[in-house]
Order: sequence, then C-alpha cells, then structure tokens
Amino acid sequence: MRQIIECRDIRKTYDNSGVKTPVLKGVTFSIAEGEFVAIMGPSGSGKSTLMHIIGALDTPTGGEYYLDGKDISKLSDDDLADIRREKIGFVFQAFNLLPRATVLRNVTLPLIYEGVAKEKREEIAKQALRESAFPEGFWQHHSNQLSGGMMQRVAIARALVNNPALILADEPTGNLDSKTGEIVLHTFQSLNEEGKKTIVLITHEAYVAEHADRIIHILDGNIVRDERNKNKRMAKTENL
Amino acid sequence: MKTEDLFEETLLAITVNKVRTGLTMLGIVIGIASVIALTAIGQGAQGMIQSSIQSLGSNLLVIIPGASKTFGSTVSAGLGSAETLTPDDSNAIASLSGVEAVSPEASGRYQIIYNGSNTQTNVLGVVSAYPQVRDLQVAQGRFITDSDNNSSARVAVIGPTVLQDLFGSSIATATPDMAIGQTIRIKNVDFTVVGVTQSKGGSGFNNQDDMVFVPLTVAQHFLIGSSQYLSEIDVEAQSQQVMTQVQNEITNLLLQRHGISNPQNADFNIINQADIVAAASSVTGTFTTLLAAIAGISLLVGGIGIMNMMLTTVTERTREIGLRKAIGAKKKDITMQFLTEAVMLTFGGGIIGIVVGWIAATVVSSLTSITTIISLSSILLAFGVSAGIGILFGYYPAVRAAKLNPIEALRYE
Repeated sequence: MRQIIECRDIRKTYDNSGVKTPVLKGVTFSIAEGEFVAIMGPSGSGKSTLMHIIGALDTPTGGEYYLDGKDISKLSDDDLADIRREKIGFVFQAFNLLPRATVLRNVTLPLIYEGVAKEKREEIAKQALRESAFPEGFWQHHSNQLSGGMMQRVAIARALVNNPALILADEPTGNLDSKTGEIVLHTFQSLNEEGKKTIVLITHEAYVAEHADRIIHILDGNIVRDERNKNKRMAKTENL
Repeated sequence: MKTEDLFEETLLAITVNKVRTGLTMLGIVIGIASVIALTAIGQGAQGMIQSSIQSLGSNLLVIIPGASKTFGSTVSAGLGSAETLTPDDSNAIASLSGVEAVSPEASGRYQIIYNGSNTQTNVLGVVSAYPQVRDLQVAQGRFITDSDNNSSARVAVIGPTVLQDLFGSSIATATPDMAIGQTIRIKNVDFTVVGVTQSKGGSGFNNQDDMVFVPLTVAQHFLIGSSQYLSEIDVEAQSQQVMTQVQNEITNLLLQRHGISNPQNADFNIINQADIVAAASSVTGTFTTLLAAIAGISLLVGGIGIMNMMLTTVTERTREIGLRKAIGAKKKDITMQFLTEAVMLTFGGGIIGIVVGWIAATVVSSLTSITTIISLSSILLAFGVSAGIGILFGYYPAVRAAKLNPIEALRYE
C-alpha cells in the first residue's frame, strides 16, 4: 500500500533567544493511503507542532518527512505553499471561512490559487459540497449566516476541492456541541469509507479519537502508543 | 492566481466595509480633485493673462519717454513724463531693418461732450498704422487715414465704451449707426465721428474700448498744443525672432539721436511685449505650482489614510491571511492582493477626484470670469499620482501581510 506520510525521527526544537525547548523528540511513524488516523495527546504534548509539520506549515529541525513520496522537510516557504495547495486539505477548529462570502465562494478559494477557471472551479466546488453532504439550499448563503456544524462542513468541502492526498483536521469538533460534532465526525467517516480519503485527525478528546481506525498517542514529544482502534465508534446520524 | 480573480477578490474585500472604504477614498478624492481644480484654474488664469497681453498687438515694442529730471536735481517726475520722443524719432525708427510698422501716438485725457451726454476719457492722436500695430479692428465706418493726418481733418473714431457712454442710455444699447456722422466735442473742438472700433474686452488703465482716436496732427495742434510731443511710439517687429535685435537697434538709434553716450542715462524706455508675456507667465506658473503643491499635501494626507486603513485591514484579517497561506497562497499572492486593494482604492478615488475636480473647475469658470483649462497632462498626472500613492502606501502593509507566519496568523484572536 502506498504511504502518504512517512516521518523518520522527526525533531523540532524551538530556540527562544538561546533557551532551547525540544517539542518533538524523534517521532517516527507512517500513514498509508486510505487510512483514518487520530493523533491524540493532551495540550503541550507536541501534537500541534506535529500537525504543523505534517501539514507543511512548518519544517522540522531534524529528521525526514516524506509526504506522498517527496521529502519536504527542507523546503522554502513558497515551495511549502505549493505542497499545501497540491497535497493537503485543512479543516480547522475555528472553521476559518471568509465571513462575507458565499458558501460556494469559500469552497472555491483554494482553486483560485491554482489558477482554475471560474466555471470549472464552481463545478468542482459543487461536487465537493455534495461529497460533504452540505444541503444545496444553502450554497448561496453567506458563511456567517450558517450554524457551526454547517460552517465546518463548508470547511470540509473546501479541504476536498484540490483533491488532496491528505485531509488534515485540527480539533474539527472543538468549537461544536456534541450533536453537531457528531455530524462532522460522520462526514469524515463517510469520506474515508466511501470516498477512500486519507484523513488525519488531531484531537485531545479520546471520544473523538475513537471514531478513527488507528490512534497515535503522543506525550511530551514522543509517540507513546500507536495502535489499531478495536472499538471504533460510528458517528450517530439520526439527527442529521 | 489569475488577474480577473485577483480583481474579484479585491473588489469583494473593499466592498465588505463600504463606509470605511468610502471615507478612506474621500481623502484621495479631495486630494486629486483639488489638484485638478487648482491647476485648471491656474492654467486658465495663465492662458487668460497671456491672451490679454497678446491682444495688445503682436511682436510689439513700446517706447515711452523717460522720467523728466530737473537739471541738478534727483527728483523724478515719473516714467513717461519727459518730452523726449519726437515725430522725427518715429520716422527714423521706421527706416530700421526688421521693423514692420511704427505707430507714434500722443495722448491726453479730456472731457468729451455729445448732446448733453459727456464722459472723460483718453484721447489718442494716432496715424493709420495704429490698428495694425495694436491689433485693433474697426466695427463700422473707417479708421484714421494718412490723408486725415495730412489735412488735419477733425475726425474721430470712438471705442465701444465711449459709444455707449455718449450715445446710449441706461435702458438702450447704442449702435454704431447712431454715432457715425455725428459731431462730438473734445476740449471745445468739434469732431465728426467716422468709425467705431470693435470691443477688445480689455479692462483697467489702458482699456482700448474706452478711447477716442483722432489724427495725430490734430491732437498735437488742437488738444495738446505741441507739434513735437509724442507720448508713446509703438513698433511692430517683423517677427518674434527679430524683436530683441530691433529693440537693440532702436536703443542705439535713439541714444545717438538724443546725444547720450551712457545707456544708463537713456531718456526713454523700451518695453518688449515678449518680456511682459514671459514675466506674466512665470508669475502665473509659479502660482499654479504653489496651488498644486498645496493640493498635493492633501493628497499625501490621503495616502497616509490609505496606509492606515490597509494596516488596520491586515491586522483585522490576520486569520484570513493565515488561511489563505494554509491553502496554498504564496507570499507573492498575498502581497499582490493587498497591493491591488490599496491601488484600487487610490485609483477609484483618483477617478472620482478627477470628476469632482472637473465639476469644481467648471463651476468656478461659470461663476467667475476665469476660464479654466483641464489639460490632459493634469488628468494623466492625477491618474499616475493616485496609482503611485496606492503602491507607495500600500506596499508596506502588503509586505507585512505576506510576511505573516501562517501558524501564528491562524491562531490570532
């Protein structure tokens, strides 16, 4: 099976005017295509830093990181931007939608930087909105008129439009109540099972992590446990 | 990122907060509008002054007598008061090369009476060359001829202001028909009106509309009482190029004729029309520059307003910038986006400013006698300056936006 992520002895040390703070102390793991993995750890464990490195937002100070077969651990800022545009779809805790733009426009945004023509963009965006089960009646609504759960599904659709090798979700249910959180988790599960998408979910909640197939536990900058999730929770969908 | 997408993004961004965008643009609008309006007024005034000087005649040299000084005294009676120019001087000048025409004149101010109406005005003794030299046209009738001068005919040609003063009334405008053939009385001498000149629209001290022209010989004998006195000799040079040469020739000739060896002691003055035009142009030009500079300050303030707004925008939209970077925007994309926003603001302000300035200039020219000139160059300059201000004051905020670290930007509260 093709490896999407290969991390070899990833280290990250922050140098704050001479005071060195090691955050990641040699992390090695890999994620294959089509996997749904949760990276779990308490705050301060280094999971956010790991997420930034996996998401090509930051580079490690040591080790090698192959994303979709390419070593990206030593690229420049602009080259990393290209990698993010081509390979990664982000879903953030705070949704990060453009407030006064329509749903459709928000979803097409990554394609603007790819130089895709307008009609083609909207076509792809509509497909992504359907995949993330976003109701068609709200496509022309402004994003700030939507509920949190709806907003997060717009963000998921936005993460899908560039057909990424990896969907990276950083605490996607953190700003949602349990019911809407459930809907979002269901969306991820169906994207993984039906759409065969590779999904990495970063969370500090065991309950959320249990929706994934595999859980990587991280603590104090080290992986302490990496195991298959035997009791996978299926997100309830009756309230959809 | 495609150009049309860049513009669409920008348009969307600047229409989000319309009031703020409008107020920021207002600074540029006022700046550009005042530059346009003030340069239009300045250039209009310059054009008006030039054309009114030109209306006095083309390639004109005016020779007036020097100040009369009592022997052994330093008291001066003022320029033009001495009786140093004679008809012989005038004839000598006429034979110089480069001289097209010479018009000797003798003037005085007299009471003029017609049928109970009277006016006090300038009476000018002239020869037939006067209309050519001073660019004057006769509206109806004829001008003073050589034979009038030879025979000392007591005929007069009057200006339109004199016509109205003598023949018109407060309710009716006088027509030249009413005056021609009539007899007017100047200093108790009867003159027959033979012509009326066209209005030149002049004003002030040397208003050619408010004048009565009589033959030079008649003016000297009957009005002034001295056949040698000339108040002025007007010389028309053959071309603009020979004016300085002609001026020098006349200076040498008159110095020689008057027996003066030191040019410092010359008993006459030569006024070169080109010098007057140049002096007036330089004054109005300086004035226009001054006005534009004052307007430019408001443009600068407007530019700082743009920068202020752009910096606020960058801070406000830190998360958005973080997101854009996370989904693949490069530094160049972010820089271009914010720079385009700033330039679009100033450019929009520039266009509105040109329209407002044009309206202001039109209002000014309709309310006052100043004809305003909006030149293409000032419009192009305004466009260039407004775009330049956008780039200048938008660059720093745009670079700041592009430099943001995506991780920190996404965390920004």
